Amino acid sequence: MQVPILKQGQYLIASIQAALSDQDLVQLRDALAEKVGRLRARGVIVDVTVLDVMDSFASRTLRDLAHMTRLRGAETVIVGIQPEVAFSMVQLGLTLEGVDTALDLEEGLDYLDKKTKRSTSRG
Amino acid sequence: MDDLKTKRKDERIRSVSPSRLVPPPDNESTVPESTVPLLRELVAHLRKNRTQLREEWARRITEAKLLTAMTREEIFAEATSVYDNYVEVLETGAVEALQAYARDLSERIIPRGVETDEVVGIVLLLRDVLARSLFAKYQADFQLLNRILDAYEPAANRIANTVAVGFVQERERIIRQQQEAIRELSTPVLQVRERLLILPIIGVIDPQRARQLTEQLLRGIRTNRARVVVIDITGVAAMDATVANHLVQTVEASRLLGATVIVTGLSPEIAQTLVTIGVDLGKMNTVGDLQGGIEEAERLLGYKVAPLNEPSQQTT
Repeated sequence: MQVPILKQGQYLIASIQAALSDQDLVQLRDALAEKVGRLRARGVIVDVTVLDVMDSFASRTLRDLAHMTRLRGAETVIVGIQPEVAFSMVQLGLTLEGVDTALDLEEGLDYLDKKTKRSTSRG
Repeated sequence: MDDLKTKRKDERIRSVSPSRLVPPPDNESTVPESTVPLLRELVAHLRKNRTQLREEWARRITEAKLLTAMTREEIFAEATSVYDNYVEVLETGAVEALQAYARDLSERIIPRGVETDEVVGIVLLLRDVLARSLFAKYQADFQLLNRILDAYEPAANRIANTVAVGFVQERERIIRQQQEAIRELSTPVLQVRERLLILPIIGVIDPQRARQLTEQLLRGIRTNRARVVVIDITGVAAMDATVANHLVQTVEASRLLGATVIVTGLSPEIAQTLVTIGVDLGKMNTVGDLQGGIEEAERLLGYKVAPLNEPSQQTT
């Protein structure tokens, strides 16, 4: 199942709609990394609200995604991790190190606004 | 997490069920035909000498310094009830009434500090007093005495068992109730500002409580849309490595929900534990006390607290 990627201003929003296979995840990662450059996005939001399981492959792919987009000039925020999912991830040692997270889409947009503004004013 | 919770509850309910503690009805409960007339004679004897035996028993209780928390009159009143119940059980073989009475009695005397050994002690004393009176009565006919004791002993044992189990059960029920109450009381997640939660932890944290705290905090973050959480552990004197690890996991899980955690009030002992288990301090945001933690949280959230009489333009 493919994940729709929406463009909203300078940001790309990938809203996961159902449980994803490993292949879908890789596809999502590659599609986002490619679109970040083509659409000149400054930020990426991946909404995982519907996921009730996050295995090691999924969290590694999301981490790779975040690092890849950062190298291509966009910040990634993972939003909507459920409390239960968060805790089981931590117990498995999957802490998404170096990846920004936010409560939900709204918070994620807010976060990106602040972060990109900061880096613009600085740069 | 919900599954786990219900599973735990199931276990609790199962362990509460008294059927496991009461010995299964064995051949003692079905009184053999031959002992029925003997028991009847026994009961008649105990009824006839009720006053005297009861007094003897009460005297022995005081002598043995049992039930010191109760007055002499109270002991005598309870002794009367126990005595009558005792005789009734000997007569009918049905322990239900005695069970109910033992539970009721325990409920009344546990808050006054009566110990398990005292309760067991007085029942055994009664057993002794009655057995002695039987000896005195039937000492002429050894054969008969033997048969009377055969009838009396199993019934008396069963009574002692019932009372002791009833008392212990009641005690355990109270302990469980209190544990539950402490658990419910001790984990508030409080919102002090928009987007700012405080989780004050007081007392001893065991792994189960740590888990529950995490559950409540993560839910609280979601429902209050919190961005910063201050966990204050001033009231926690020490924690072992497991719980410390759990705390670190809680901090990380909160971060996955997009909330920053500030831990305040770490005691020197806990700080040492954290260092010993090698916590990555880069992930943990710690501040000395709760006030500092809240100030730091306000800074993160972009609040600025200024006294009313000072115009804020001057301070900026």
